This record gives sequence, structure tokens and C-alpha cells, in this order.
Amino acid sequence: MHQIDLWSMAFVFMLATFVGFQVIQNVSRLLHTPLMSLTNAISAIAVVGSILIAGEQLTTFSTILGTVAVAASMTNIVSGFMITDRMLKMFRERRRQ
Amino acid sequence: MAEHLTQASYLVAAILFILSLRWLNHPSTARRGVAAGVAGMTAAIVGTLLHPGLGYTWIVVAMVVGTMIGVPLSRVPLTAVPQRTALSHAFGGLAAALVGTAEYFLGVSGSGHELTAFRTGALAAEVILGGLTFTGSLMAAGKLQEVIPTRPITYKGQNLINLALLAIAVAAAIYLVMDPSQWGLFVLILLLSLVFGVLLIIPIGGADMPTVISLLNSYAGLSAVAMGFVLENKVLIVAGALDGSSGLILSIIMCKAMNRSFTNVLFGAFGQVQATSAAGEAKTAKSGTARDAADLLENAGSVVIVPGYGMAVAQAQHRVREIYDQLTKRGIDVKFAIHPVAGRMPGHMNVLLAEAELPYDALVEMDDINHDLPQTDVVLVVGANDVVNPAARHDKSSPIFGMPIIDADKAKACIAIKRSMNPGFAGIENELYYADNTLMVFGDAKGVLGDVAKELSGESAGIH
Repeated sequence: MHQIDLWSMAFVFMLATFVGFQVIQNVSRLLHTPLMSLTNAISAIAVVGSILIAGEQLTTFSTILGTVAVAASMTNIVSGFMITDRMLKMFRERRRQ
Repeated sequence: MAEHLTQASYLVAAILFILSLRWLNHPSTARRGVAAGVAGMTAAIVGTLLHPGLGYTWIVVAMVVGTMIGVPLSRVPLTAVPQRTALSHAFGGLAAALVGTAEYFLGVSGSGHELTAFRTGALAAEVILGGLTFTGSLMAAGKLQEVIPTRPITYKGQNLINLALLAIAVAAAIYLVMDPSQWGLFVLILLLSLVFGVLLIIPIGGADMPTVISLLNSYAGLSAVAMGFVLENKVLIVAGALDGSSGLILSIIMCKAMNRSFTNVLFGAFGQVQATSAAGEAKTAKSGTARDAADLLENAGSVVIVPGYGMAVAQAQHRVREIYDQLTKRGIDVKFAIHPVAGRMPGHMNVLLAEAELPYDALVEMDDINHDLPQTDVVLVVGANDVVNPAARHDKSSPIFGMPIIDADKAKACIAIKRSMNPGFAGIENELYYADNTLMVFGDAKGVLGDVAKELSGESAGIH
């Protein structure tokens, strides 16, 4: 790997962490449970790496591991987004009398 | 060309993920956040599938299987959301560990990416974080589901053994970086991290689960970051960093709300607190009936309800809603005081109350409501205990000393619903129950609140 790539990745990580801290600190405290299920679904972006391993099919071993990893990530994507939306639908403002 | 499209899709995904979390800053825009997250994930998946030379068969099979497991998991009762969350951290850790293992062995056999020192180090980090998140989260889910004992399991030299295991894993990782062909070391690292995950969680008690879940959330995110470094994939690094910082912030909030440090949560084995000097002078508590409670509530101008996890266990949140409706109909101002650690995960209580169709603008955080409590006529405590214990403010010998609490004792009157005078989970006496202005109503929360609601609605008006 080129040294440049390594350092640019480190920069991406550093900046994303700062953005993460800023954005998350502004999340409503009411919504911390949905926040966790949403970040769960988002971090299932690991599906990207899993797809590459499962799809390249370089060895039987790697294909099996990749396939299980895609299934595990997909579970998180589907259940994470669905349950977040289900919870958020319940948050309603005071009814007007 | 395909490569540019893939990278562009990753860039779009990263933007949408950041916006997704940004829109969670208010309930009115929050669902837009979910839509943005779904769009970002779709973009990233489609972009990845464009990668030339991929066979789709197993990918499709795995996606179908994942969807079939994911849909029922999204429909669990809201009291079980903490277990579901822990389980999904386990899946996240598993995916990272599996991809890391596959990448490593492809590299060793010469058919994958070259194992440079840097990539080997990132692979070791990915597998350690993924492995310990996998087994640790399974243990946490088991404790939350009460499949395994929730009390801390401790033995002599526990912390030393845990730290030694981690140290061996890190040392093995350093050797592996120096000689990436030693695949035995890689297997050792993987096994140690799996064992370490189990041992890390078993000494942690049920009361600390909110912190533990948040911390595991952070680890799951960091394992995705490590995967990003291995695959040189920036969207993985961004999404993982967002998840990692979110988990870290939530753990810090949870620790502050219990006045404890990370090391204390992880190595302190809380929950096995000594049964404190129970004796002393015999104190008496004033007890009353549902009618007495209803009278107090009816004649109040302002009421604050303090819910705890006991309310959810008793499935009493709908009775609480009935009482809320009855009182607001009479023009009484009713609010809910939410302690950050009420429930089994961050924000759990808000979700449980929202499900009972209580409006979110009636749910007030501890720091904001404490200011109003001295002017409040009646506080109603339902299934909460330690979070309203005044001993946290003044009793230096109390295990919860220093923990921020909801000042229920400062209100003009207090009603506490409890099964009996037995001290709660942590075995700590609560002096609030013996205060002159506190009325105890004994019984099951759901039953008592149902009776209070009936009294308020006048249904049983003929009886007394």
C-alpha cells in the first residue's frame, strides 16, 4: 500500500470521529435508544467487505466466511432500520385540546 | 469507470449517514434520518455490487437469509429492545471477525491482498475487536434475556487473568505483524479474543448493562473501522467512526449518570454490594390505599411521575397513561422525570412511554426537572428506587453516594408504589419511603395504578 493511502485513511478516520462527536452530541436525549439501533444498522456497512469476500469466491473457505458475514450484516441492516423506524413512529407531540 | 461509480456511491453513502444521524436531533425530523440511512446503505451496496468479477449466487442467498432473520428481530416487544441491540452488536462483531479471518488466510495463501505490516496489524485489530464484541455481546444479550445469571460472576484474580489474556493477544499480534506468515498466531489471537469477550462480561451485573451495551456498540464500530483500513475502504471508516463515537458518547453519559468510571464499571463487579447495616432504629412508613393516592393526585396542581424499569416489567405503562389522561383532563400539569439510566439501555424509558402514547414533550430529563421539583405538589414514583434515593446526596457510606438523582424528596408530597418494603435490586435502603410527606401504596404496580385510574375516573364512586 502507498504511504499516501495510509495517511489519507487516517485523516478520514480522524475527521469522521470529530464529525461523529459533534453530530451525536446534538441528538435528542429522548432518542438515544433509536440512535443506537440506527448506528447499528449504519455500521453494518461491513456488508461491503463481506460482499467482496463472498462474491470473489477465491477459496471455498473464504466464500463460506464471506457468505455468513453478508447474512449477519444484512440481519443488522434490515432489523436495525426497521426497528428504528418502528420506535420513531411512536414519538408524538402533545395532542391539541 | 465502474471503479469511479463505486467510489461515488461510497461518497454519497457517507454524506447520507452523517445527515441521518444529524436528523435525529429532534423527534420531528428523526424518521427522515432513517430514510437517509436506508438510502445511503442502498447506494453503498449497489456500488459494491458493480465491482467487476463478482459471483452473485451466495451474496443473494445470504441477503435473503439475513432479511428472514432481521424482520422478526425488528418486531420484538420494546422491553426486549436491549437484548436485540446486544444481539445485533454480536452480529456486527461476527461479520468483522469473519471478514478479517477470510482476508488473512487469502493473504497467507497468496490469492488475496498482500499482507504488509500495516494491513496485518489492522487485520489483528479487526479480529480482536470483532471477536470480543461477538462473544461479549452474546453474553450481554444472555444476561438481559436472563438466560444466564444477571448477577456478577466473580472469582479470585479475575481482573489479572482478563488483562493477561488481552496482553497475550496483543503480544501475538505484534509478532504476527513482524512475520505475517505465522498463521498459528492468527488463530491464537482469534481464540483469545473470543474467550476474552466472555470473561469481560461475566463479572458485570444487570444494573451496569446500559454502559456495557454502549461500550460494545463502540467496539462494533471500531471493528468496522479496522475493516476499512484493511480493505482501504473509506465509507467503512466513516460509518465505523460514527458508530464508534456514538457508543463512546453514550457510555460516558451512562457512567456520569451513575457517578462511576469506565474502569469501575468494567472491573468493579457492581451489584454484589454488601447488605448495608439494615438494622438501626425501627423506622415506620406511612401506607395508604389507591383511594388515598387518587385524592392526593386529584387535589394537586402539578404532578411529576418518576418511572423506573419496574414499571415496564409490570407492564404498567398503559395504566400510567390512563392516569396521565385523567389528570390532564382536570387541568393538572403532568410531567415525567426521566433518569438517564432508567431502563436497560440509554433512552429505553422514553421509548417505553412513547409506546404507551404519552407525548414526548411531557418527558423531561433529570437535569431539567430537578429545578421544578420543590414547586411540585405530588411526585408519583412507579417502579423506580435507587434513582430517587436521597442517600446518594448525603450518605457517604452508601454504595450509590454521588450518583445524580431525581429529587423526589423535595416535592411537597410523594407517592411510592412498591410490592413491599424489601430493599431493591442493589439491597440499598431508601429513606424516601420513610419520609413524613411520603405515602406508600403497596401492591403490584399494574394493579395499584389500575385502581388509582378507576378512582380518578369515578368508576368506583359508589363504593366508598
